[in-house]
Amino acid sequence: MKTYEQINDRISSGKAVVLTAEEIIDYVDEKGLEAVAEEVDVVTTATFGPMCSSGCFLSFGHTKPKIRMSEAWIEDVLAYTGVAAVDVYLGATQTRHGDPANMYYPGEFRYGGGHVIEDLVAGKTLQLFALSYGTDCYPLREIRTYFTINDLNQAIMVNPRNCYQNYNVAINDSDKTIYTYMGCLEPNRKNVNYCSAGQLSPLLNDPFYDTIGVGTKVWLAGARGHVYAEGTQHAGGGARTPEGIPKSGAGTLALTADMKQMKPEFVRGASLRGYGISVGLGVGIPIPILNADVLKRTCIRDRDILAPVVDYSNDYPQNTGNVIGHVSYEQLRTGEIEVEGKKVAVGSLSSYHKALEIANLLADEVRRGDFLLNAPFASLPKDTVMKPLAAREKP
Amino acid sequence: MSETATKKLMLFFPRWKSEKPIIYHLVKDHNLVVNVFRARVTPEEEGYLVLDVTGTEDDIQRGVDFVKTFDVTVNDTDKGVTRDADRCTHCGHCVVHCPTDALVIGDAAKRDVAYDPECCIECLACIRVCPYGACASAF
Repeated sequence: MKTYEQINDRISSGKAVVLTAEEIIDYVDEKGLEAVAEEVDVVTTATFGPMCSSGCFLSFGHTKPKIRMSEAWIEDVLAYTGVAAVDVYLGATQTRHGDPANMYYPGEFRYGGGHVIEDLVAGKTLQLFALSYGTDCYPLREIRTYFTINDLNQAIMVNPRNCYQNYNVAINDSDKTIYTYMGCLEPNRKNVNYCSAGQLSPLLNDPFYDTIGVGTKVWLAGARGHVYAEGTQHAGGGARTPEGIPKSGAGTLALTADMKQMKPEFVRGASLRGYGISVGLGVGIPIPILNADVLKRTCIRDRDILAPVVDYSNDYPQNTGNVIGHVSYEQLRTGEIEVEGKKVAVGSLSSYHKALEIANLLADEVRRGDFLLNAPFASLPKDTVMKPLAAREKP
Repeated sequence: MSETATKKLMLFFPRWKSEKPIIYHLVKDHNLVVNVFRARVTPEEEGYLVLDVTGTEDDIQRGVDFVKTFDVTVNDTDKGVTRDADRCTHCGHCVVHCPTDALVIGDAAKRDVAYDPECCIECLACIRVCPYGACASAF
């Protein structure tokens, strides 16, 4: 048994023993659970993939005379201005003004919110165009100017939903190619796409949310951030394996961090053909090894994690709830799975390569004494399920 | 008889005016087996042609010299399709769409995406499916 204080003391003195969620598997096999629970202080988890429910609050300085922006575009991408005078929220999936979207199907969606977020983090100069109706206190009605992230007072990433605990494996049952947020799916079950870091993924290493909760410090694209709430569509109460591993999306995290501290290689604008814009984000979360139970859960292996295979030509869009079957991440990573007797090629939208890089970067930061851990101040709910939206008549 | 080799070439035609049947002469006069991957050669416009030529080293060299007499730039190092390793996030979305395994999962442990330009037939599938714009075409 260890406390957060004891672990932080070891981190601060540069003596913490830190392994990644991949390394810990063989280490525990070799040395045994109890011995490793005493020895190891922190296990690092990570994931990198498109996380559509991401965005940022940007606070511009005041012009002379002042403006209360009522409409604003950054590089022609609309930002939400329904907040105070020079604050805006820019969402990752926002398309650029004039983008033909899917008018010429499948649309290319070359530039949008996710790309603006990447360009901001990369320090590029961007165009702001804003309009106002004018008030006595904010008389200016229009501004067009150029800025970088360093010109902003604040640039705070605020992501309502990141780090899905587990995710669907998308397949196409129809006889024509479909373009989805899960990528391009060839007809007649020719390929599947999955999107999870599996055994490295944060919430799969803490399936009952013992150490990851509201207030937990996270590594968000290189910046120090934290979990500010349960993520939207968090549904900890779904079906689980006998070991307690969710068999569907389940938990999610709402994350925030200062964009000025982020690294551009972990914030990447994404164009999903025929679907739209997103942003590829890297997240790392350290798990304190408080006891052998916590350690045991970080030893989760790809072969023990099952993901649901879902048809994205009919079942997903029509919300039927049908699941064709389940496959393990170990099977997915071989590049070929079997679905109802047919061999199907496997692609991925989540980068295990980058997740591994992040888990190692975070492990180094903890070893150097640069990243302390803290207990969450509220737990994520374990019993909630997803509610549908009913289309009702006016009561 | 000397050994045959296969060479991938990208030809750039600056505002193409000649109506000479270049491919015909490569086959007929220089004994080359030609496999055209991709072409955009339009009169009065710049054009590109990406092809494999198979033959003896001498025949290939004579063929290249012949093509150069038309003020055509012959590029045997760069290809029509390029991949920016820094833009690639190694997600692996492209690998199932690549018909010739030019894009594959490289190291099984690191799970990086490896690209072998020699295997690329320039079908452009990677450009259509890469979310991060890591692959690009010269034309």
